[in-house]
Amino acid sequence: MSEAISVPARPIRSASRVTPVTIFLWGLRIAALAVILYGSYQSISSGRLSGAQWRDLLIFGTSTGSVFALIALGYTMVYGVLRFINFAHGEVFMVGAMMAFYVANGLAATSLWIASPFVSLLIVFIAAMTTSASLAVLLERIAYRPLRNAPRLIPLITSIGASFTIQYLVSGLVGPSTKDFPRMEPLRGTINVAGSLIPTSRVVVIVVTVIVMIALYLFVERTRTGKSMRAVSEDQETAALMGIDVNRTIVTVFAVGGAMAGVAGALWGLVFPSLNYFSGFLPGIKAFTAAVLGGIGNILGAMLGGVSLGVVESIGPSLVLAGYDIPAFSQLKDVVAYAALVMVLIFRPTGILGERLSRDRT
Amino acid sequence: MAQVTAPSPARPVEVELRPAPPVDLGRAARLGLIGGVAMVLVAATGIVGTFQTRLLIDPILPLGLLFLYLLAFAFGWMAGKPPAALEGFAPARANSRNLVAGALAGALGGLCVGVLAALMSTFDLRGVFVQLSPQLLEILTFGLPLGAAIIAIVAISAVAGAIGAGVHLLPIRLKRSLLPALVWVMMFALFTDLVGQLFAGLSAEFLTDFLFTGRGGALTIVGAITVFIVVFVAYWLLGGRETTLRGRIEAMPRGQRTRFSLIAAAVILIILWFVPKVMGPFVSQVLDTAGIYLLMALGLNIVVGYAGMLDLGYVAFFAVGAYTGAILTSPQSPAFTPQLLLIVAIPFVMIAAALAGLMVATPVIRMRGDYLAIVTLGFGEIARILFNSEWLAPIFGGAQGITNIPDLRIGPLQLSTPQDYFYPIFLVVLIAAYVTYALQNSRWGRAWMAMREDESVAEAMGVNVVTAKLSAFVVGAVLASFGGALFGAQIGSVFPHSFDIVVSVTVLVIIIVGGMGSVPGVALGALVLIVLPNLLREFSQYQFLFYGVLLIVMMLTKPEGFIPSKRRAQELHADELSQDAWLDIYGDKPTTDATTTEPPR
Amino acid sequence: MSLLSIESISKAFGGLRAINSLNIEVDQGEIVSVIGPNGAGKTTFFNLVTGMETPDSGNIVFDGHNVVGLRPNQILELGLARTFQNVRLFPTMTVKENVMVGQHCRGKAGLIGAIFKTKSQRSEEARIEARAEEVLSFFGTRLAGYRHDQLAFVLSYANRRRLEIARAMATEPRLLLLDEPTAGMNPRETIELTELIGRLRDEKGYTIVIIEHDMQVVKNVSDRVIVLDHGEKLTEGTYDEVSTNEAVIEAYLGRPSERR
Ligand SMILES: Nc1ncnc2c1ncn2[C@@H]1O[C@H](COP(=O)(O)OP(=O)(O)O)[C@@H](O)[C@H]1O
Ligand SMILES: [Mg+2]
Repeated sequence: MSEAISVPARPIRSASRVTPVTIFLWGLRIAALAVILYGSYQSISSGRLSGAQWRDLLIFGTSTGSVFALIALGYTMVYGVLRFINFAHGEVFMVGAMMAFYVANGLAATSLWIASPFVSLLIVFIAAMTTSASLAVLLERIAYRPLRNAPRLIPLITSIGASFTIQYLVSGLVGPSTKDFPRMEPLRGTINVAGSLIPTSRVVVIVVTVIVMIALYLFVERTRTGKSMRAVSEDQETAALMGIDVNRTIVTVFAVGGAMAGVAGALWGLVFPSLNYFSGFLPGIKAFTAAVLGGIGNILGAMLGGVSLGVVESIGPSLVLAGYDIPAFSQLKDVVAYAALVMVLIFRPTGILGERLSRDRT
Repeated sequence: MAQVTAPSPARPVEVELRPAPPVDLGRAARLGLIGGVAMVLVAATGIVGTFQTRLLIDPILPLGLLFLYLLAFAFGWMAGKPPAALEGFAPARANSRNLVAGALAGALGGLCVGVLAALMSTFDLRGVFVQLSPQLLEILTFGLPLGAAIIAIVAISAVAGAIGAGVHLLPIRLKRSLLPALVWVMMFALFTDLVGQLFAGLSAEFLTDFLFTGRGGALTIVGAITVFIVVFVAYWLLGGRETTLRGRIEAMPRGQRTRFSLIAAAVILIILWFVPKVMGPFVSQVLDTAGIYLLMALGLNIVVGYAGMLDLGYVAFFAVGAYTGAILTSPQSPAFTPQLLLIVAIPFVMIAAALAGLMVATPVIRMRGDYLAIVTLGFGEIARILFNSEWLAPIFGGAQGITNIPDLRIGPLQLSTPQDYFYPIFLVVLIAAYVTYALQNSRWGRAWMAMREDESVAEAMGVNVVTAKLSAFVVGAVLASFGGALFGAQIGSVFPHSFDIVVSVTVLVIIIVGGMGSVPGVALGALVLIVLPNLLREFSQYQFLFYGVLLIVMMLTKPEGFIPSKRRAQELHADELSQDAWLDIYGDKPTTDATTTEPPR
Repeated sequence: MSLLSIESISKAFGGLRAINSLNIEVDQGEIVSVIGPNGAGKTTFFNLVTGMETPDSGNIVFDGHNVVGLRPNQILELGLARTFQNVRLFPTMTVKENVMVGQHCRGKAGLIGAIFKTKSQRSEEARIEARAEEVLSFFGTRLAGYRHDQLAFVLSYANRRRLEIARAMATEPRLLLLDEPTAGMNPRETIELTELIGRLRDEKGYTIVIIEHDMQVVKNVSDRVIVLDHGEKLTEGTYDEVSTNEAVIEAYLGRPSERR
């Protein structure tokens, strides 16, 4: 029995390096590029929109994108630490917006709304931020913490459940009808920025976002809590060994992410003054795209990704779709957003600025 | 290092068992407050008010308040649960302290409702919370003055909580008879229409007259007691046996087991044959819908349960099936009207679905699991928007959809009523169930599961993950497309709004509640989650809220589902098995390495 | 001609050079041990050969085929199977199913065959099952009958290692790569496994490359020993040559501050 049996060489069945899948993906890339380039060429050469209109679209996109960026922070920070998509984060945003709506509505009935718009807005912001932050923390505590070591799809499924629960709870509590944000006179005008007139509300959105972003950046980079957040996202176990309270840090991450979503919710009311229980879904998806686009786990990336996505979404339909004479192309606005999502995840899953994730321990 | 450790000495037989810790009242209080929040939400979302109109037992038991106090019962049950047995401790026995814990939890829950009632009677909250109407206040306070009402609410909740905790004190046989009896009374009361239909179909209307107050009404008190006693006695007589049905079937010798399953299958088929005849059009319609969802769930089960890919855009394949079927069969299809028979069109439907499956699957092959979920969601939404768009209206009819889809005809058989459709739908479901079973124990089935467990190892062990992923998607897509084609034919039209993301999530909820990878589980899931909201019209308004809560609760407490696949059931008994492995090692040869049994992944 | 020849492959992770222009030849029928301190790049070497990582440069020729750039399953099909240092079974599949997955690449049956239970599918399924049982019987009572239907994660640590070897054997390899197969085993099990490795070559005709820390095992099984350090080949030769080599002793004992 000790005699070595020689094993015959086997022919290779499919030892090719170029698979149909790679060919398909390259085809997809080229097709997407061709569609975009041709459409853009057509619509630019037709001169349908003036330079000023393009500029307006750009500003519109930047301000919507700022809101996406603020929501994206919640996704990106949670993903960075726990490596899971908090699908219910869009609803955290929506609840913040709802709160903002009710507080604004209440204030609009008082003299404060006219007398000192700044204070009113501040109150609205604080209310929205605390509501969203509390909801995010509550979600973490009830739904996600018990699943910290579960297989990865389990918390994702839970968060889908949480998303549905929050949506339909809100619908049940405050009714499914669409709510209209009260108007604020000072925000209805325009501001002259470098020679062009820009709606004040949009300027406010962009300015607030920039301020909040800078504050957050300083918080994460400079404070002790920020340092422990970075440590935990780098390596939970080691961080715990170094004496960092991992649970508390994770709660902080959810709270900060929630607060950012609250700011986004309040700003949303300024740009798109209508709102219902389903309003969190699409912005949530788009913000997740923005987070991936910027490089998930990367806070600056979220800003960049958000603004890029906002601009793509506002300019995209007029630039690309209009070039094909598609009837009612604004119907396809969300297709542009979803297509951006799909394309980003397929072709650039590590984002523009690169992911910042703890090493995968497989 | 080179030192043989002697086998660890046998464990001392006489172990001093410490008394089990008493039930934790602090935990009970916390649970009570959580329960209170849940009760307040149930009231404030309008569930109590909506369900109140539905009488379960005439005239004493309306569904709305029952629902509210069932929560107190449930939280009392949780609060009064004796802690799990710990090594070194005597097994915990429930005692009066458990009752106190349950009552405490219930009372705190009731107190929250009391506070709500007090707020409602002082302020008008309807500006924000639209459901907090004076009628609701009237219901919550039983029409009593506020102070008395609060006392009553707290008292009832405390009693409900104590009863919930008391369940743990019952002897096991009593518990096993009492709970089913109550559940059956609930069932009879909830599904009066269904039961009435059933009795009418069996020409036993006298039973309806006896149990219910008029047609479609509620149970009478006498009826409720009758049902209770019948079920209780039946379970009491059966309850002497310890083993479950499943255990007994598994204990049968092989030949007997095959015979048993054949007989069971025959009985089920015969029952299925008579179901639509007995149940009439309305119930049959509901069952048809459930069948179509069941079909989709079986397909998604392959993608999610076997291959481990969370597809959130699964509805797209259902839509592709429906639209392909509609275009090929309907004379009203805008662009192309071959007006085929559905039977003839089916192969094309399958091809279209398979292509769609490939289209979606190819880009996501190298993607992380959670990204895959979001991308498929994106594809699903893109599909819906495109079907809805003006742009593609010349092909798909835009928001108007495609109408006039002819009914299914098989040879000389022309189907039209929901009862007729029951048969082809369940035939396809049976085929799909068979396919699922057959694939599970096949070369590719194993490859899927290996991929689900650890993709890179599966690849290193020779599984072509590209083929495996594509094939799982294609099989799933084809099954969903059958559902779509049948759906279109049965309804007679397809509209884009039927293909919303909520369909995907509903199908996901079905397989998760039933048990991923388990065909009977999926069947139960479809039955409960589709039939229930469709039969209880008051309920359908809160369907998705219910689904959402169910998803969270299932993931937190029972991620393997209610009827887990055998494999997952085995996981639950991991302790016993590892003990067996442990004994074997020690009995066999000395070894230093005790069995490590961390749960999988 | 050698069965496996590695021609100056390199692999870096960021700035870390895990493998640095490494050359290795393995002949048909040999048992070669790869030793080296932790972090020397031994596992990375296996990952490169099996296609789980792609080398930055260099060639890996197995049996006349350059396998660089092939997918792991294509390489496995050529007859190159491995086990993992941190055992990676399919935990919620049964013992037998784990092994049957190994046979996947030797089968042809498709979905249609499985659905219609064609004759060829049934005979193939029977063959796969028989193969799996045969492979498991190689381990004697350790993975005997009643264990076949247990889930993999209930097995003891040593048995998991055995099952990994069984799974690799089921792929009908020509070259078997074992990554620290005795790690976590007690001395008795280690001796048993040492014998088993010998039987694998003698009875099954496999060529074997083994990463091992236990010098007793290395001494007993290897025809040749290769020493890696910092991703480079320090030396190679018979066990006796290597174990007296100055550089090797230094690599293991000297300047520990240099290593992580
Ligand atoms: N996927 C990876 N990413 C980054 N670094 C890696 C990766 N795999 C291995 N390394 C690093 O390469 C070096 C060699 O690792 P390895 O081959 O596992 O060593 P060993 O000889 O102990 O098996 C180590 O420093 C390890 O940290
Ligand atoms: Mg190693």
